[in-house]
Amino acid sequence: MTANSVEIRGLDLAFGAVEVLKDLNLEIPEGEFLVLLGASGCGKSTLLNCIAGLLDITGGQIFIKDQNVTWAEPSQRGIGMVFQSYALYPQMTVKGNLSFGLKNARFAKAEIEERVARAAEILQIQPLLDRKPAALSGGQRQRVAIGRALVRDVDVFLFDEPLSNLDAKLRADLRVEIKRLHQKLRNTMIYVTHDQIEAMTLADRIAIMRSGAIQQLGSPDEIYNRPRTKYVAEFIGSPAMNFIDGVVAERGFAAGDTTIPLDGYGWADGPKQGPAWLGIRPEHVATGELAQGKPFRQEITVELFEPMGADTLVWTTLAGQPFHFNLDGQHKVATGDRMTIGFDSARGSLFGKDTELRL
Amino acid sequence: MDTTGRPNPLFRNLSAKIAAIPMILTALVIFVGGTAWTVIYSFTSSKLLPKKLFEWTDVINIGDWSLSIPTGIVWKSFVGLQQYERLWNTNRWMVSIENLFIYGLCSLVLSFIIGFVLAALLDQKIRFENTFRTIILYPFALSFIVTGLVWQWLLNPDFGIQSVIRGMGFVGFTFDPLYSADIVIYGVLIAGLWQGTGLIMVLMLAGLRGIDQEIWKAARVDGIPAWKTYLFIVIPMMRPVFITTLVIIASGIVRIYDLIVAQTSGGPGISSEVPAKYVYDYMFQGQNLGQGFAASTMMLLAVAIVVIPWAYLEFGSRKRG
Repeated sequence: MTANSVEIRGLDLAFGAVEVLKDLNLEIPEGEFLVLLGASGCGKSTLLNCIAGLLDITGGQIFIKDQNVTWAEPSQRGIGMVFQSYALYPQMTVKGNLSFGLKNARFAKAEIEERVARAAEILQIQPLLDRKPAALSGGQRQRVAIGRALVRDVDVFLFDEPLSNLDAKLRADLRVEIKRLHQKLRNTMIYVTHDQIEAMTLADRIAIMRSGAIQQLGSPDEIYNRPRTKYVAEFIGSPAMNFIDGVVAERGFAAGDTTIPLDGYGWADGPKQGPAWLGIRPEHVATGELAQGKPFRQEITVELFEPMGADTLVWTTLAGQPFHFNLDGQHKVATGDRMTIGFDSARGSLFGKDTELRL
Repeated sequence: MDTTGRPNPLFRNLSAKIAAIPMILTALVIFVGGTAWTVIYSFTSSKLLPKKLFEWTDVINIGDWSLSIPTGIVWKSFVGLQQYERLWNTNRWMVSIENLFIYGLCSLVLSFIIGFVLAALLDQKIRFENTFRTIILYPFALSFIVTGLVWQWLLNPDFGIQSVIRGMGFVGFTFDPLYSADIVIYGVLIAGLWQGTGLIMVLMLAGLRGIDQEIWKAARVDGIPAWKTYLFIVIPMMRPVFITTLVIIASGIVRIYDLIVAQTSGGPGISSEVPAKYVYDYMFQGQNLGQGFAASTMMLLAVAIVVIPWAYLEFGSRKRG
């Protein structure tokens, strides 16, 4: 047997006539940090709740550490869970929150003390142990919530959008802390988020979900560079990818009277022809001298620009379609400027119009 | 001249303050004034009509001025604590107090327990929840008068529950609380609970629904059984709802009157009398205002003894977590 920490086979979940998850399969090796990423309502939190055992599934099986836990109680599955709203018990102190589950499971007092002390040390919440959750900041509360999962000494950590209630700065701090925690503990972690930056930075692998199915499962690098579907390509990356509507012909990608060479493009399944979209990330577009080395070059007019500090996003028209690309933030630009841009379609992605799959 | 100074805070939101004047006056005159008047006249020997407590004496006329300066008072019908002495020596009042105590304690405890258990049961994502909620809340739509009459019939041994069960063959079955002086108040209690627990359940249900579902999930992941989650996590979180409920139940207990009138008229004998009925009977039927005032002042005092320490604890120290 492979050392799969969590394995999901043919999972179905339906609420009445509404199918939320359809024949979902997922294998998560020991120690992996898997991020479930998707827009609201795609079923990512639902999937996490199924793994936790908080929702009864309609069909399929769930294995944790090679144990069939499909019908086991959440507490029997060897999982710890961290929630978006922290879900701390408000009238108990931090220590009470950490130890309540253990006390209930009749652990020895010394054992409880030891586990609480260890979790408090890892999360650096020792000074807060005697406070009530109301006297804690959002970041501290979330740390306590993580601690509650930590004291249970579990194999699998489940995070349900744990950082969504925090402000941007704290979110970045705690993100790093969660990553550090994973490196320290080497537990399997499943993390649900709608924030692509969280997903890209934390994940060993990302599963992008859409309407109850996994669209693509792969490393952040794969997801970013070789999105398998147009949806994934749209979802990942900020600013969003450009999609040029056209046709793959023999000489290259034809959009209107512009032809973009496709030399060196990594075809998924051999060269194909037909109507397609060519996806180009705004950050892969070169300008000025750098553009000279690119297989495709074109002179364009700046129509609109959005300065964002580090970059400036420039909007223009390419092959009769709206197109945007990144410029260095310090680059002086004005509406109506003419400049040459260039890109290499080998770094782009082609999606067939009929299937929306990568060509 | 400094015209940019801070405006007088008295005139800030002036229109709102003017609009609030009628309500402030009503509250002061009707509630505070009426209460004070009642307390003062409970020290008089007023019978059918309120009698003057005292009169001013030695009115001095200065020259042609009809200026009156009271220099002293003459007690007219002031009788001190006589009305209170009489009150506490009246057997009927003692029975009333005892009944209110039994009814209040049982009603408070049982309303809370039954209301909470019903709410917890309804909160289990059951089918037809709306139907059950409506059925349980329905008695609350009836007045105490109707409730009292319905339960008077139900508890009547000749054509109520007792006769039905006897009709089924249990000839020796006896259930006639309204006809036994010792337990009549429990007969009233049944009717009161039947009418009132629906509302308590709805309040509790609203409280339960206000609890973050993730708390439940967290408790399940922690392996805490449902009853423990209720006892140690959910119930402490529902404190504000419990306080609201407590106030509603307690005010209902103190003013209990119409249920008694409809169901037992205080009988058999005086065994189901309650303080509010004592007040009403003395003021409007016994034509003894002084005695009625004294009784209602005692009721006010009892409420104050409960409410003031509570309000002090609840609102006095502003240490909110």
